[in-house]
Amino acid sequence: MSFLDRTARSLLLGELASGMALTFRYFFKKKVTINYPYEKGPISPRFKGEHALRRYPNGEERCIACKLCEAVCPAQAITIEAEPREDGSRRTTRYDIDMTKCIYCGLCEEACPVDAIVEGPNFEFATETREELFYNKDKLLANGDRWEPEIARRLELDAPYR
Amino acid sequence: MVDLALNFLFTTQLGFLILTVLKAFAILVPLLMMVAYLTYVERKVLGAIQLRKGPNVVGPFGLFQPFADAIKMLMKETVIPSGANKVLFLLAPMLTFSLAMLAWAVIPVNDGWAIADINVGVLYLFAISSLGVYGIIIAGWASNSRYPFLGAMRSAAQMVSYEVSMGFVMVTVLVCVGSLNLNDIVMAQSKIWFCIPLFPMAVIFFISTLAETNRSPFDLPEGESEIVAGFFLEYSSMSFGLFFLGEYANMILMASMTTILFLGGWLAPFQGTMAGDLFSLIPGPIWFIAKVCFVLFFFLWTRATFPRYRYDQLMRLGWKVFLPGSLFYLVLVAGVLVFMGWLPHAA
Repeated sequence: MSFLDRTARSLLLGELASGMALTFRYFFKKKVTINYPYEKGPISPRFKGEHALRRYPNGEERCIACKLCEAVCPAQAITIEAEPREDGSRRTTRYDIDMTKCIYCGLCEEACPVDAIVEGPNFEFATETREELFYNKDKLLANGDRWEPEIARRLELDAPYR
Repeated sequence: MVDLALNFLFTTQLGFLILTVLKAFAILVPLLMMVAYLTYVERKVLGAIQLRKGPNVVGPFGLFQPFADAIKMLMKETVIPSGANKVLFLLAPMLTFSLAMLAWAVIPVNDGWAIADINVGVLYLFAISSLGVYGIIIAGWASNSRYPFLGAMRSAAQMVSYEVSMGFVMVTVLVCVGSLNLNDIVMAQSKIWFCIPLFPMAVIFFISTLAETNRSPFDLPEGESEIVAGFFLEYSSMSFGLFFLGEYANMILMASMTTILFLGGWLAPFQGTMAGDLFSLIPGPIWFIAKVCFVLFFFLWTRATFPRYRYDQLMRLGWKVFLPGSLFYLVLVAGVLVFMGWLPHAA
């Protein structure tokens, strides 16, 4: 009896029909596509994007060349050289990040004692040449100046969970 | 002047040739446009079912996407593998494409609107669609590569298997019509479309056409998860484009065959009633194209719904389900026709 039942069911294509009914319902559902360059999805305050070196509100750069980020970087993408400035404070003379090596793990951000190096919200920094992705200190500081309002807001939003 | 030109066209042999060429263009140009837009509609339908939007960047609603694709295809380099048999390698896509075009000679879009209104139309169609397998086998063999060869073998086996049951389905229709002429087949459905009395046959025919055109869920000759792209793996540029066009033209051909055999061709629905008279105001070719589009939507819909068959399942379905099923129904239909005295041309 169960054999007959099964055969009848498969001959009547019931399963196939219900499957097609399901896809037909989906046909009219709202589409989830985001029209990317014109529309963007939301990103978390913890999003790890392009790096930036931040400054204090008075314009002084935060980085004190402790080299913790260089030490913690698992991809060894960061290179730092440092010596005392004329006024005696310890600053970097060179701060390079090879963005092609970077794995965007965010450990540099975690390691930094003065919140100098951060990963910002920007993920659209593709370039046409490889060399453009070897970021130096100027580029990173410029990034910091450009994204500071955004970065500050993100840090504030994320602060309760840190 | 106009009289002279018409006289030339309709009486002389050269005129007949020119007229035939014009007729061929009249069917091939819309057909190729339909092929182009079928690729677009396919992407849109698949996208919609997967909650995506599909192409929407090139032109309004992405309507120029097929042209962008065509231009891209033409600009690419044709790569001929060093181990390939050059002549056959280049011949295969042309063969596939021209066979897909050739079959359209007998398709009636309206009463008598076929380039060749021959009395063995169904046989011709069947023969041409059987020949289609040669393009694929030649492509697979001439590529001199493993995956294309496997794909070609699968495709050949699949097309041959499903042709058998398709043949029986066609014979069932022919028994009801009593003619091999496609025009007569459509006219025989003026009372009732064959998809109603022969519904199981229509389903078997539709599923067989899916297998015949290597469409999913029977697209394992080009199963990308196992044999990359199957028989056209080594093809690039326009030689690939011809396979692509041929495949989609074949889809449209099979859809129009389904329309002619089961959905009453260019006839409006509800013939003989008030609604039928009203529907008949819409010209036949529009009904024909609408029905073809309906069947094509089913092609895309099944592609979006079902996962691919395994090879042994495919063979089991073809030989152990469809073949005995269609044979049984053929005998049943023939028996009923003889018993009730409904045979066409019964003396």
